[in-house]
Amino acid sequence: MARDESELVAALRAGDEAAFSRVVNDWSRSMLTLARSFVSTQASAEEVVQETWLAVLRGLERFEGRSSLRTWVYRILVNTAKSRGVREQRTLPWSSIAGEDAGPSLDPALFRSRGEPYPGHWRAAPAAWPDEVAVEGSVLAGEVRRELGSVLEQLPERQRIVLTLRDVLGHSSDDVCEMLDISQANQRVLLHRARTAARAGLAAYLEGS
Amino acid sequence: MADMPCQQVVELVTSYLDGSLGRRDRRRFEKHLRACEACDRYLHQMRETLDLLGTVPVDTLSPEAQSTLLDAFRDLRR
Repeated sequence: MARDESELVAALRAGDEAAFSRVVNDWSRSMLTLARSFVSTQASAEEVVQETWLAVLRGLERFEGRSSLRTWVYRILVNTAKSRGVREQRTLPWSSIAGEDAGPSLDPALFRSRGEPYPGHWRAAPAAWPDEVAVEGSVLAGEVRRELGSVLEQLPERQRIVLTLRDVLGHSSDDVCEMLDISQANQRVLLHRARTAARAGLAAYLEGS
Repeated sequence: MADMPCQQVVELVTSYLDGSLGRRDRRRFEKHLRACEACDRYLHQMRETLDLLGTVPVDTLSPEAQSTLLDAFRDLRR
């Protein structure tokens, strides 16, 4: 267990309310995203996260620090979410990549086909984006952020979960594989499709279509 | 070293950014980018997309749920 984690555990055991509020606030976004992969509604995911924190509080005295606190909390979360998911008869198939996750991630019509000169090359280069997109706090950056939010909502569920954990919340690929119990290869396929769709969604928005 | 077509380059972007491309593929990928403005722009737009994704707000627990938890935390100390 890392040093800052043992300090956190000590603070929680000592009843430090500020430390508890902070960790609930810092971790609950990722926990909700993860819980959402097992249960059918956001409300249900919220209950799973609440239940998890209550179980963490009850178990804190017995926690021996053989795994990291985060790993332990996520294990409780997954077990809680799974038993509820079973009741809701819901399981996302994480191990099989099929259907929406197979084939090229970007529309093949964007590229020259076989039999044409330069097969596999762009028919037309992607249109340039205005510089303002990258300017933090600009009106356009704000619009684009909202647009990305709705692109995210429309992604197939497994892609949305992986993209949210990796690129919105900033977890490493190792962390995400462990949280979702999936292979690096599957994680990468889902992430790649989701990123491709996110960029294409922005491109469509910026080109005004 | 055969050129990598653009369609293959865009499918390798995530592996490239994750550093999981083999050395040979990475060299082909980078060689292509130096020669192809369209793919270079694509990669740049992908990086911008990732930066922007990092600013998208994500729901956390509702204030009610947070205060329920804080109450439970206090009760445990009694």
